[in-house]
Amino acid sequence: MRQGRYRFIIGFLAVPVFLYGLYVIWPFAQAFYLAMTSKRTAASPDRFIGFDNFERLFQSDRFWKAVGHHGVLLLALPLITLAIALFLAYLLNVAGGSRGGGMTGIFGSKVYKVIFFLPQVLAVALVAVLFQAIYRPDGLGALNAVLESVGLGRVGWLLEPNLALWSIIGVLVWQAVGFYVVLFSAGMASIPAEIYESAEMDGCGRFRMFFSVTLPLLWDTLQVAWVYLGIAAFDAFAVVQLLSVDFGGPDGATTVLPLEIWQEAFRNSRFGYASAMGVALFFLTLTFAILALRVTRRERIEY
Amino acid sequence: MSESIRDTTDLSRRRMLRGIGLAAFLAVPGAGVLSACATGGESESPPASGPANTGNAENPFGVKADAPLEVVIFTGGLGETYATEGHEPLYKKKFPNATIKHVGTQQISQQLQPRFAAGDPPDFIANSGTNLMDNTALVEDSQLLDLTPLLEAPSIDDPSKKIKDTLLPGTIEPGLVNGKPYVLNYVSIGYGLWYDKNLFAKNSWTPPKTFDEFKALAEKMKSAGIIPYSYAGANASYYQYWMIMISAAKIGGNEVIVALDNLDDGAWTAEPVRKSAAAWAEIIQTYGDKAHEGLKHTEVQTLQNQGKVGLYPSGSWLENEQKKETPATFEYAMAPTPSVTSSDKMPYEAIRTVAGEGYIIPAKGKNTAGALEYMRIMLSKEGAKVFYEKSGNLTVVKGAADGVSLSPGNKSVADAVSKAGDNLVTFSNIESWWKDLEKELRTQTNALMFGRITADQFCENMENKAKQTKNDPAIPKQHRDK
Repeated sequence: MRQGRYRFIIGFLAVPVFLYGLYVIWPFAQAFYLAMTSKRTAASPDRFIGFDNFERLFQSDRFWKAVGHHGVLLLALPLITLAIALFLAYLLNVAGGSRGGGMTGIFGSKVYKVIFFLPQVLAVALVAVLFQAIYRPDGLGALNAVLESVGLGRVGWLLEPNLALWSIIGVLVWQAVGFYVVLFSAGMASIPAEIYESAEMDGCGRFRMFFSVTLPLLWDTLQVAWVYLGIAAFDAFAVVQLLSVDFGGPDGATTVLPLEIWQEAFRNSRFGYASAMGVALFFLTLTFAILALRVTRRERIEY
Repeated sequence: MSESIRDTTDLSRRRMLRGIGLAAFLAVPGAGVLSACATGGESESPPASGPANTGNAENPFGVKADAPLEVVIFTGGLGETYATEGHEPLYKKKFPNATIKHVGTQQISQQLQPRFAAGDPPDFIANSGTNLMDNTALVEDSQLLDLTPLLEAPSIDDPSKKIKDTLLPGTIEPGLVNGKPYVLNYVSIGYGLWYDKNLFAKNSWTPPKTFDEFKALAEKMKSAGIIPYSYAGANASYYQYWMIMISAAKIGGNEVIVALDNLDDGAWTAEPVRKSAAAWAEIIQTYGDKAHEGLKHTEVQTLQNQGKVGLYPSGSWLENEQKKETPATFEYAMAPTPSVTSSDKMPYEAIRTVAGEGYIIPAKGKNTAGALEYMRIMLSKEGAKVFYEKSGNLTVVKGAADGVSLSPGNKSVADAVSKAGDNLVTFSNIESWWKDLEKELRTQTNALMFGRITADQFCENMENKAKQTKNDPAIPKQHRDK
């Protein structure tokens, strides 16, 4: 019987493990190897050069610039997105008070839910095109037209080196919030109504309710969201590529690692160097995921 | 008008041949290829060498009549109908049994790199656009076909002539890698300042001949509510650095550009470059619109079509690219860039004409002979004519403009070329040789033009990057003599 069980398990696992190995592990291994070659195009012969690419990488200004931007993204993106998403989810699900045995959201919450979720279903390219029109720096830009009509000057949303990255973060947040509103809504819906009821009976206000009941009981979901957003902060390729001035400009003020990888591989024809950057990105993402899961580990509340 | 083009081109062709002779004399390995000797005795070409030229005027490359041909076309400003409705039917006419697989794409590099890697590249590629492949890198990997047999092959129109003798001067040189022709630059492009002839006539303005005139004109335009001069910083800052280079060459001669290409020490801090950069920066910082750093080329071009931008730096493709946006009252014309100093080496009339839009043949394609024949068809008068009709752009084929009625923009370029005579600004290789440096140049150009750095800093930063490029052993070095 024991024998049969293993055969059963192996039978189930073999195919997924094989596919995972072929399409995930193997490409990673290849990238690690490529990072140590001087390959210029995909068709170049492999010439092994050890860690030369990494040496060059660590001396590159653009690399460190990009890493710095990931740092900013890593802090700002989850913080802003989660704060807004939590606030909105709370309004939509709990803030209406208890009615008929469950907590309800504010008036019209179902409509809002759809509206908030909408950006999530838009393709990134569409979002970028939309924001090109919104951020357009001359008087024809949607934001600048509003600013001008109320007598304020135009703002170069993507042109000021100190502002450009934040404009990009704005787009990322706008697109992400909807998903987390829905995620947190689901989380809040699974919090038993009795807990809220008893809290309410004890005279708990909405603020207190949020911080003392909702937030702790939502911790698991929050943790997952944090990791997701952190990983998203290591991407941001499409939005930066489509939206930023001069591909990651002005003066490299918005560049991110995936964009640098893309430029090195496909514009500068340095596959080996681009792979080295990819490996660096891999370790950055991995480190973040491990740290995030460690730091946010907490005792689970059973209910 | 076309008469005068021919005159001038003949003149400079002689000059070019002299140059080629000189290059051969200097015994650059492989330069013999360009001189008249077609025997190819010393061809120690890398593994994949293409079909030989049999000298047969009908089918010099020995194309198999039923061999399929895969053609990949970049679908940019030129569109793709010039291939689907032009060159491909011409090929089909010659080889009715051949099937042509046509692929139109804007993602040349992303689509084709994997196919090169797999050893299964298409037969013919229009390697253009922002996502083009690095030709030099492909040559280093022995992935491109040496086009010498094509240049030595008999012309379709006159089999007694070799194809290389039917091309405009300066066609072959930009396509040389390590001294051998690997890239066919097919489109003849004139660069300069573009404006609306009717708008200028209405206000009795004339294109400025000096930067002082430029400033005076800019004042007038400004008071008429027009942004005098602009380029698109978001994705086309290179349009502006072309202008910096053209002006620098006008100040100090073509050797300025050659020095920049060769990464010579002090090339970027040389006086002509500094003066040119400062002159252009002054114009844009004083009269430009800061917001245009965030606009794309099509957006600025559309603003010009709406009469909101006066002068715009671009090349011959502009008129066709904007065809849909251009109102009937708008008539494109191109003027040379103004002179910076009174002691410029080249006169105001000097313009830059360059053979552009590179076409390549992968060495490991299945039908290299067919691809060569396809290029031969492109370089026939009929091929050039159909290209003009479908894409609105003139080719490097001599006499391509004969018997076609030119659009206003193309006509103004042709006029400018004939006025320029021998005063032609040479091509630049920075875009194809030093990609990293080119990226820096884009960044620095925007930084300078939109006032974040000074012209001196611009030169300094570029000089440093050039030095870095030069000292980087991982970047293979290229050199040009003239």
